[in-house]
Amino acid sequence: MAVAQDSDGQGKGGLGRVFVVALPYLWLVLFFVAPFFIIFKISLSDTAIALPPYTPVFEGFGAIQDFVSQLDIENYVFLTDDPLYVKAYLSSLRIAAISTMLLLLIGYPIALAMARASASIRPTLVMMVILPFWTSFLIRVYAWIGILKPDGLLTLLLQAVGVMGPEDQVQIFRTDTAIFIGIVYSYLPFMVLPLYAALEKMDNTLLEAANDLGCPPLKAFWRITFPLSLPGVIAGSMICFIPITGEFVIPDLLGGADTLMIGKTLWTEFFGNRDWPLASAVAVILLILLVIPIMIFQNQQKKVA
Amino acid sequence: MAKTLGPVKRKFSPWTDPSAVPFIRFENITKRFGTFTAVDNLTLDIYEREFFSLLGPSGCGKTTLMRMLAGFEEPTEGRILLQGKDIRGVPPYRRPTNMMFQSYALFPHMTVEKNVAFGLEQDKLPKGEIAARVEEMLKLVKLEDFARRKPNQLSGGQRQRVALARSLAKRPQVLLLDEPLGALDKKLREETQFELMDIQTNLGLTFLIVTHDQEEAMTVSDRIAVMDKGVIVQVATPAEIYEAPNSRYVADFIGDINIMEGTVAATQSALGAHGTIRIECDGISVSVDQECQAAVGDKVAFAVRPEKVRISPDKPVDSAVNAVHGEVWDIGYLGDFSVFIVKLDDGRVMRAAQANVSRLVDRPITFGDMVWLTWPLDAGLVLTR
Repeated sequence: MAVAQDSDGQGKGGLGRVFVVALPYLWLVLFFVAPFFIIFKISLSDTAIALPPYTPVFEGFGAIQDFVSQLDIENYVFLTDDPLYVKAYLSSLRIAAISTMLLLLIGYPIALAMARASASIRPTLVMMVILPFWTSFLIRVYAWIGILKPDGLLTLLLQAVGVMGPEDQVQIFRTDTAIFIGIVYSYLPFMVLPLYAALEKMDNTLLEAANDLGCPPLKAFWRITFPLSLPGVIAGSMICFIPITGEFVIPDLLGGADTLMIGKTLWTEFFGNRDWPLASAVAVILLILLVIPIMIFQNQQKKVA
Repeated sequence: MAKTLGPVKRKFSPWTDPSAVPFIRFENITKRFGTFTAVDNLTLDIYEREFFSLLGPSGCGKTTLMRMLAGFEEPTEGRILLQGKDIRGVPPYRRPTNMMFQSYALFPHMTVEKNVAFGLEQDKLPKGEIAARVEEMLKLVKLEDFARRKPNQLSGGQRQRVALARSLAKRPQVLLLDEPLGALDKKLREETQFELMDIQTNLGLTFLIVTHDQEEAMTVSDRIAVMDKGVIVQVATPAEIYEAPNSRYVADFIGDINIMEGTVAATQSALGAHGTIRIECDGISVSVDQECQAAVGDKVAFAVRPEKVRISPDKPVDSAVNAVHGEVWDIGYLGDFSVFIVKLDDGRVMRAAQANVSRLVDRPITFGDMVWLTWPLDAGLVLTR
């Protein structure tokens, strides 16, 4: 009797546990995996001038054979044929890589200073890093237009200080520089916070030990602090690099017409050309491009640990 | 409970030689953190090849003193001389001292080997020499088989050995040990204490150890400095600290002791001369044979270690010894020793420790027995501070 009750109780607990684990996965299946397959399906179909502007290829289970025979990869072939797309992908990766480097260069000193600050003011500093989130991301990017445009605040400031003549204007709006400024500004908290988390838990006596063993402070930074903060560096870089690659708003608002980024290309295909299959193919390639290196990297991390 | 004094030390006592030059000299050192004075006008000499302990409760300034020698803190006032040279302003990485940290501070991303080699690499020694030295160090701490492990794959005792090997690898002129054995269990700690002493003797280095564990200090040290609130209360050999503490603080801090406040009733000799002093402690009269440092009427403390007090059911015949009468209140059986807590007739409590020399399980003296506590004239102490 007691045994039966026990196993019953355990069964309930097991069910509860399964439920807790299953819930987030269910969420992911519903809102990530399923949409992805819809996109993937669209990418394999043909363009049509209709509503929706594509030919459905899957109508009922009876038509599976029909469906498979109709699938084709012409959209993917087209992507490799037209250098525009390859260029857009490469340009996106380049902008993301440069931005991530800039973010690291700017974010690391900030995170380090935060971690070395006295424990009493650290929560305030973290708060200040998060503070920009209280305003809409879009509004903050728009605000940069006001700063960077030729007759914007930056020009006024430089003219007032006397660095620039009254006739000169700052010419960075609608250039790659403006994109980098916008990206670095927008993504900085995402770089600083993981770095701070990694640096903050570091034991300061390790640096004292390194000093004590004859290692000057700067060298100790490269031998001790930096290697130990690598998990934070990697996490921050991933969190920034991935969304920057697909970034659309910042290049659209701050970038010039000649700035190629895959997010913009995607938008143009979808809404400009109304070529849903091709746009879907662009999206699938983008995902694969980002997921594969992450998976390889994570695999290696596991091997190291 | 009696404390063991450790093994007999080698004949080594440069501090008694007035011509000996101290290896390390703290000269009128004061260190303030804001309004808090951690170290207060402290002067201390430490000699070459000495195993020196700084002993005191947490917050007494002992670690601050050590950190000033390592270069992590600069004294607010005074100077530190190392081999006669003022080392103010010399950064930690240029000082010939190495420290074994309380937390061990092993580099978690490096193997044991790399940790030990770290200091040698900073000196840009040739690769072969580094490898040889690392091997030698790991052999010394018996960790040859663990060279390629990371610190988190080691036990607490092994980590402590790595920390020791790392701090010894550069053959520092002075090795600083900050509560080195605090995290180890008693058996391992005792074992390691003797290993430390062996290493120190074999390598001929000067060791400065910071500890709050008096037993540890007693076991390993040539001399101990007992600290309290930023000042040194007494500097002496372990035996002197234990048998001739200079103050109530030291007597109470080191080992177990019975202390009774009282007034000097009679002295047999002049100040500074040897003689018998009689002290009245609220109705109990005790006599002590020692160098007289108090005058009649002075408020002093009388102290006697429990193991020097004999317990017996019979009144002593010899009237020349001190004797008090009371009831056995509690008995602490420690295996090697039994501690009797005796409530005296006036309600005060005294402890007496007896070595359990026979294997009798039933003791002749038990709870509630009326007993006499006796101790000879030279067993007690008069504490004027």
